[in-house]
Amino acid sequence: MSAVQQNVQTVDWHSDAIKARRKSRYAAETRLKAYGLIAIVFALGFLTILIGSLTVKGYKAFEQTVVSVEIDLATSGFDRDKLMDANWKSLVKKALLEVGGAESLKKKEQKAYLDMFTDNAAYLVRDQVIADPARLSGKSSFVIPLSDPFDQLAKGEISRDTPEDQRRVNDRQIAAFDQLVAKGVVSKPFNWGLIFNADSRFPELAGLAGAISGSFWSIVVCFAISFPVGIAAAIYLEEFAPKNRWTDLIEININNLAAVPSVVFGLLGLAVFLGWFGLPRSAPLVGGLVLALMTLPTLIIVTRVSLKSVPSSIREAALGIGASKHEAIFHHILPLAMPTVMTGTIISLARALGETAPLLLIGMNAFMTSTAHGVFDASTALPTQIYIWSDSPERGFVSRTSAAILVLLAFLVLMNGIAIFLRQRFERRW
Amino acid sequence: MNMMAETTTEAKQVQPMSEPSFKMLGRNVSVHYGAKQALFNVNLAVRQNTVTALIGPSGCGKSTFLRCLNRMNDTIDNCRVSGEITLDGQDIYDAAIDVVELRARVGMVFQKPNPFPKSIYENVAYGPRIHGLARSRADLDQIVETSLQKAGLWSEVKDRLNEPGTGLSGGQQQRLCIARAVAVSPEVILMDEPCSALDPIATARVEELIHELRSNFTIVIVTHSMQQAARVSQRTAMFHLGNLVEENDTDKIFTNPDEQRTQDYIMGRFG
Repeated sequence: MSAVQQNVQTVDWHSDAIKARRKSRYAAETRLKAYGLIAIVFALGFLTILIGSLTVKGYKAFEQTVVSVEIDLATSGFDRDKLMDANWKSLVKKALLEVGGAESLKKKEQKAYLDMFTDNAAYLVRDQVIADPARLSGKSSFVIPLSDPFDQLAKGEISRDTPEDQRRVNDRQIAAFDQLVAKGVVSKPFNWGLIFNADSRFPELAGLAGAISGSFWSIVVCFAISFPVGIAAAIYLEEFAPKNRWTDLIEININNLAAVPSVVFGLLGLAVFLGWFGLPRSAPLVGGLVLALMTLPTLIIVTRVSLKSVPSSIREAALGIGASKHEAIFHHILPLAMPTVMTGTIISLARALGETAPLLLIGMNAFMTSTAHGVFDASTALPTQIYIWSDSPERGFVSRTSAAILVLLAFLVLMNGIAIFLRQRFERRW
Repeated sequence: MNMMAETTTEAKQVQPMSEPSFKMLGRNVSVHYGAKQALFNVNLAVRQNTVTALIGPSGCGKSTFLRCLNRMNDTIDNCRVSGEITLDGQDIYDAAIDVVELRARVGMVFQKPNPFPKSIYENVAYGPRIHGLARSRADLDQIVETSLQKAGLWSEVKDRLNEPGTGLSGGQQQRLCIARAVAVSPEVILMDEPCSALDPIATARVEELIHELRSNFTIVIVTHSMQQAARVSQRTAMFHLGNLVEENDTDKIFTNPDEQRTQDYIMGRFG
């Protein structure tokens, strides 16, 4: 007994050594906290810079300088049944000349004056009239976008102080523009065309509708394939597969696949889907298939983890009253794992939505001036549209690129928001 | 209507009180977890309408044996069971035996209360529903009510059957789990330390319940508490290091055991 008593140490909790030690332990804690705080400030700072610079560059693309022009269609004498073939060009040209009082100018000067408006003005008017034939019977006003250089001039991107030979608009055109402004027909409304127009050679008409529809169909295909396949694979691996060398090998390969660069999946899609199966180039179907391949490994991993995180007591409870494995999984385990699976799915899809490289390889960077109405229609996707625009020389595309990135980010934020909502709404605690 | 009632009367007819009838029999049961042997040639009989307590220090194999009785060990990957276990004379490890049917006939209550995160009603109704024991909604309601009554929980929850089972107190949750097991009309109920997560009052309720259930079911209970074994069981089996040390009437085990090791364990000299 005495030996034990001697071994019991008496500690002086107020000695200097102990005090110093305690102090250094607290200091370590404070440092750790500070590092974390610095990291967060750092991350937030960069995020602010990113969003800020995009907004500064891109906000101007959300408005478009337009001119409203009165056109009297009653006197045009167009045949209601042959609107497509009517001579819209001369009609619109006349109206445009009238609004700026340029009818009396020489032919060359008239042409310079007409450069101020978008090249497609005649078709815009035609489409609006075909959509609403009632306009044929009288005067009505049409909104015609200004062409890119004048849009930029109106937004102050082109400075009047630049010498005339170094800017894209000459003094005469500026004078004509100022005259229109003075007349009060120029305005800068919200640029709905950015969202509802398809792509165009002319920045003032270019929009994201084609890219959004392409991305939408790709994501639909991607979800329709990767969600059921991913869950089925995860359930098999987690609940049924025996633990042996083969399943280990499969598991390692799935983990490796999740780390494969996405461009490799694009090459695979090019070789397999376009090469062997002969699927159409640039189609959202192929884009979705490639993105599904890319998403699958992540989805399988997330699903397995969430299945594993369901307490085994639930599994035992179900099996213990004679539920079959299938019933235990589909009645109890999977429903409990579902919120996490859904979150993982949406985050994977968000990643797929922002993926560019594989889509470039299967031709989803085509120049398409129409929207995709199905999975077989050739189209672009949001990230590839950004890529195309960032490569275009026109001034208007610079701000449109930033605006397109903002639109893409908005979709990503929306998807992540849904994921967070689902997690909070359906999360269960034990 | 009530399958439980039928089983009960039948069981009473089959069992002459004078000589014991064996519901389940284990012969030379050995269990390996991978290379490690957890159970060595255990021979143990479980008597009908009797509470059999399995006692012994931690890691002695009593839970392992219990889990062999309804093949819950099948869910553990590297677990291998040898020997023979019969239920009413039929080998439960026979290829012809359907494990789903076996687990319906041999129900289980676990150490930690594990109600499904669903309503109280759904918890009890789930078993009868998957086994197709109820022909109508009214039938099912009846089964749920009887089961909850048998588990002594009906009066406490009858007004809130649609509230989640996980919202009940620990003791109530465990009785809900017992009701859930009872609802499929099993013949045997296995209980793996059912009171270890409960406070003394809840424990007393569950023990009382085990007493009442004995008339309808055969019960095997694993417990760490000597007092509990003494209070609830008629037969006690003592395990040590994967071996069955001895099995006898509970009175005999606790007053005059044949084996020194049993005596030592009961007296608290090891464990």
